[in-house]
Amino acid sequence: MKYLDEYRDAGSAHAFSRAIHNITTRDWTLMEVCGGQTHAIAKFGIDTLLPKAVRLVHGPGCPVCVTPVELIDKAGEIAARDGVIFCSFGDMLRVPGSKVDLLSVKARGADVRIVYSPLDALEMARQHPDREVVFFAVGFETTAPVNAMAVYQAHADDVRNFSILVSHVLVPPAMEAILSAPGNRVQGFLAAGHVCTVMGFDEYFPLAEQYGVPIVVTGFEPLDILQGIFMCIRQLEEGRAEVENQYTRSVSQAGNTHAQRVIREVFEVRDRTWRGIGEIPRSGFRLRERFREYDAETRFGLADHRVEEPTECMSGLILQGLKKPVECPAFGGPCTPESPLGATMVSSEGACAAYYRYRRVQAKDAVPDQPLPLST
Amino acid sequence: MTASQEALAPSCPLPITKYPHVLMAHGGGGRLMNQLIDKVFISTFANPALSARHDSADLEAGGAHLAFTTDSYVVHPLFFPGGDIGRLAVHGTINDLAMSGARPLFLSAGFIIEEGLKMETLWRIVQSMAKAAREANVQIVTGDTKVVDRGKGDGVYINTAGVGVIEHQLNLAPQSVAPGDVVLLSGDIGRHGMAVMSEREGLTFETSIETDSAALADPVLRLLNAGVKIHCLRDLTRGGLASALNEIAETAHLDIAIDERAVPVLPEVMGACEIIGLDPLYVANEGRFIAFVPPEESERALEIMRGHSLGVGCTRIGTVGEHGRGIVTLKNLLGTTRILDLMSGEQLPRIC
Repeated sequence: MKYLDEYRDAGSAHAFSRAIHNITTRDWTLMEVCGGQTHAIAKFGIDTLLPKAVRLVHGPGCPVCVTPVELIDKAGEIAARDGVIFCSFGDMLRVPGSKVDLLSVKARGADVRIVYSPLDALEMARQHPDREVVFFAVGFETTAPVNAMAVYQAHADDVRNFSILVSHVLVPPAMEAILSAPGNRVQGFLAAGHVCTVMGFDEYFPLAEQYGVPIVVTGFEPLDILQGIFMCIRQLEEGRAEVENQYTRSVSQAGNTHAQRVIREVFEVRDRTWRGIGEIPRSGFRLRERFREYDAETRFGLADHRVEEPTECMSGLILQGLKKPVECPAFGGPCTPESPLGATMVSSEGACAAYYRYRRVQAKDAVPDQPLPLST
Repeated sequence: MTASQEALAPSCPLPITKYPHVLMAHGGGGRLMNQLIDKVFISTFANPALSARHDSADLEAGGAHLAFTTDSYVVHPLFFPGGDIGRLAVHGTINDLAMSGARPLFLSAGFIIEEGLKMETLWRIVQSMAKAAREANVQIVTGDTKVVDRGKGDGVYINTAGVGVIEHQLNLAPQSVAPGDVVLLSGDIGRHGMAVMSEREGLTFETSIETDSAALADPVLRLLNAGVKIHCLRDLTRGGLASALNEIAETAHLDIAIDERAVPVLPEVMGACEIIGLDPLYVANEGRFIAFVPPEESERALEIMRGHSLGVGCTRIGTVGEHGRGIVTLKNLLGTTRILDLMSGEQLPRIC
């Protein structure tokens, strides 16, 4: 298929693999920020095409994984109330809260619905004026514009039975938290292409400069990721620490300024707690005062509700690139997608789920860890 | 508690602390559904025919060798591109019989109708069932009708059961699969699931995707009548190709190696899957099957399949390995290999 097959071409992938082998002279640790990239790496076996010296660690870029348990609990509590239609993207439904997940709440009679856009939830609110329609607004900068637009439209059209439960987090502050943490091993980043499609990449220049790390804005197809790794290692080998853009077909330096304007109008930056990681300053969004009546926590009186994070799961270390999923003693034993201890085992973008699905048993005829012939 | 009371009230073997309620995922064709079937149904109803875990039960009765099966249809919407719930209810049950290599003869039809369903809708569904049965040369010979209160059904649910006669001497079952067997796939995958989903979610694509719903008895009987020594057949339904392969690998205790590049997927199905974030290997089908055949029979089987209108796109997608781990591996487009796992629950559309 056009614009897809080209980026999954085996010949070109092997050419990149060879090029990476050729320029790598020492050990490097890179982090791919986005969970979508983590999944592509596991699914297409991209790490098996790399030299042993190149280690990929998986970043915090899975919105489902970093949503605090407290918000999952609040979602369950709101969903269980009479007269509520609770709308969410599909992969939030199986994430365990401190007691239950949304699928279980649904099984007990709550009206929980999967939607593809918050605008569909807004439409539902218009069609059911007698019900409270709540949308679980989870995500990074990528989903922020459409969530902001839903609130903006609800406000403009005076749809009062609509609200959103906000769990919006921001990528650059998380990257900074990882870089400034003691024991950080990340020497270069593959930045999240979709986030940059919205936000551009101006924010990364100070990070690259201050911490001396190359940052390459990277896409999601196998060739995107291989090229991003190549560009990142080339910088490291040449002693550079710059911001480069691999994903030029989607990302411009300024990003989507219309989308940014909508975000700024509706949301303001605040401190946020990340599941497994803790509080990161100025790393999330909340609704501005003018739109606060559309905030579900306020509307349902849950703003002061607090829940402690369970401790048995090491997803925080995985989300910061300090551990790999297979290094967790619970991986594949007490913790599986059917009985997950943490969100990284649930979400389609979670690193543990990716390893479980694609790597649980190392395939016997996996491509060996050595340069591949350039196929034509 | 007396012994007899205890016998009637055994504790539930599923960890009910974990799942005190049935979830949608328990019917989603993935690992949770398999656990439910194993731990609740098969262990309770225990008998050899059921424990074979085949699409239909293989029975000897009064000198006849019969296949018997049942399936319920709850698809929403009732009408979707290329088909409807009635046609599906006929094809699905015929296909379960066909996977035993049986010649389907008779079906039953049970209707659970929601109060308020338009009579014209019911009429269209029934006409469609009759046409599908006629085309497949089966008769609907018995039935049942129930009406439930408005709001307690989704328009109409249909249950069909089917009986067929087994006229071959083969043991078509996962247990017959042998190392070296070739895996044939009868055509492109993912159409039914995406046809239903695009209709249900109001998603429109440049090209309309039609269901692949079809009765598969004819191509199967053609293979059998030609004397192909088939080892196992499985139609691809919920959970798609990946689930069918995993169920067989697990039951046969053999590894299966699949080449993703050989699995046909229409560009429009691939495109729709990419947009929604689903993997076509897990998307439902209603007119496709896989056949495990000995290597020396594979070319002939392929030729026979391709000569049938329902097998024009038949391809060889992989082979059965020597090892006994019961896993499925997939060589992907880049030539690297990974596990093709059973889905945990339902396939859920992703966030971004």
